[in-house]
Amino acid sequence: MSVLQQTPVTAPASAPRRRYRRQDRSGYLFLLPWFLGMLFTIIPFFASLYLAFTDYNLLNPPEWIGLDNFREMLADERLMRSLRVTVIYTVVSVPLSLAAALGVAMVLQQGIRGLPVYRAIFYLPSLLGSSVAVVILWRYLFGVDGVINKGLAWLGIAGPAWTTDPSHALTTLIILHVWTFGSPMVIFLAGLRQIPAAYYEAASVDGAGPWRRFRSITLPLLSPIIFFNLVQSLIASLQTFTQGFVMSGGTGGPADSTLFYNLYLYLRGFTQFDMGYASAMAWVLFVLIAVLTAVNFLAARWWVFYDD
Amino acid sequence: MMYPLLWLLSSSVKPGATVFTQPGLWPESWDLSNYSDGWGALEHPFSLYLANSLVIVVLSIVGNLLSCSLAAYGFARLRFTGRRLFFALMLGTMMLPGHVLLVPQYVVFAKLGWLNTYYPLLVPNFLATNAFYIFLMVQFMRALPVELDDAARIDGCGPFRTFWKIIMPLSLPAFATTAIFTFISVWNEFFGPLLYLTDSELYTVPLALRQFVDSEGQSAWGQMFAMSFVSLAPVIGFFIAGQKYLVKGIATTGLK
Repeated sequence: MSVLQQTPVTAPASAPRRRYRRQDRSGYLFLLPWFLGMLFTIIPFFASLYLAFTDYNLLNPPEWIGLDNFREMLADERLMRSLRVTVIYTVVSVPLSLAAALGVAMVLQQGIRGLPVYRAIFYLPSLLGSSVAVVILWRYLFGVDGVINKGLAWLGIAGPAWTTDPSHALTTLIILHVWTFGSPMVIFLAGLRQIPAAYYEAASVDGAGPWRRFRSITLPLLSPIIFFNLVQSLIASLQTFTQGFVMSGGTGGPADSTLFYNLYLYLRGFTQFDMGYASAMAWVLFVLIAVLTAVNFLAARWWVFYDD
Repeated sequence: MMYPLLWLLSSSVKPGATVFTQPGLWPESWDLSNYSDGWGALEHPFSLYLANSLVIVVLSIVGNLLSCSLAAYGFARLRFTGRRLFFALMLGTMMLPGHVLLVPQYVVFAKLGWLNTYYPLLVPNFLATNAFYIFLMVQFMRALPVELDDAARIDGCGPFRTFWKIIMPLSLPAFATTAIFTFISVWNEFFGPLLYLTDSELYTVPLALRQFVDSEGQSAWGQMFAMSFVSLAPVIGFFIAGQKYLVKGIATTGLK
């Protein structure tokens, strides 16, 4: 009210300012749900940092134990194994699925008839890949008597016990991951479409073959998108959970060969109620992902090419 | 690419004993009893799990659309102090691995007495915690002409009316994308329900399916495949119906 009364005197100076404040108010009003949601994010974020330095079983109040959780982690063989499982899974399946995604995207880009149908067929698995039904399906496709081994036998190869042999169980999940290359592929397709056809024509006139065109035009112009897909896939893959859980019936077996990091975190935190230890594990993964992403961004300077 | 899914469909209509002995995809004899038997094979009829999942999915969609579109409109069309900072914070949460927040959130939900209810699965969706959808809608709303807002303001619309009458109707494609993505991800979600739901009558479809694996008997394969297919069918249906939006949605996020 007082502002209204002052208006005649200060109108020229304060009108834009007042408008700004009103925009402030409505801006914050629109963001209200999000602000509340951020409370559910920021407070747990710091709480989990605190819990990482405590011994906490949900029943008794958290007890400060300093670095003990982290010391225990260094000596925890299962944790090291889970880290190895996760890293192997990521290092093998991310490049394979991105290569498949780029390869298929380039083939589809050639102007195949019925592109939407092919695109759909390749994309659908990535929407289903993490569903329990598909992991169950995988378990049986790769079973001892499963279709995969039948097919191998027909070729005269004796297939291994994919899901029960510790040296092959992770392979089946890597194959499952590669099967879901459709979503990076769709992003590649959109990116390929933005490369001007004139570049390729000019290169062809200058006598560049397909490989040269790929190396000198496609790769550099697509590099921001390759980078985006790489970062996204790495982050997602390091957090794999459902596949290992369902494949192994919640144990990470056989012999911890599918014990993903997050699965072990779940087992420690929510079946043994080592909440402090689970928080410490979560923070180690968080730092790992952050460092990896930062390294990626630094390395990107050398190979990611921005047109503008 | 489609072979595994076709194999699943075909195995779900083969008589139990022939799933692994009879090769070809086309069943030699049809047996739909897998569907009827599988429906009642678990503690509760499968329709209960489907209904549970449906309730969670529908409410999650409503929550995501409401809260994310409000936030997106704020970020995309309004000028207010701290907007850039908040926007950066929002993008930052997109990168944050969910497991960092897991333990404290679980503790909070436990203290609120929300364990074994749907609240932990639903409330975050009404609070715009999924930054991916906000980002998607911001991208879309920024592409709409600014003149629309100006014209609405001259005609006397406040921000809320402008949002409701002008921006929202024009943003329907982005809403459709968000709805379909939410449907698929919530329908498939396994970890949240595993963590928060303990009573089997509250189970969602993925939790129910998992029970099949735990209780696997030689003869239940066909039933398990039948119910697996039932659980995938809505996703496949939504995918076919909303393919255009899905492809556009994912392509936009990748291209910035």
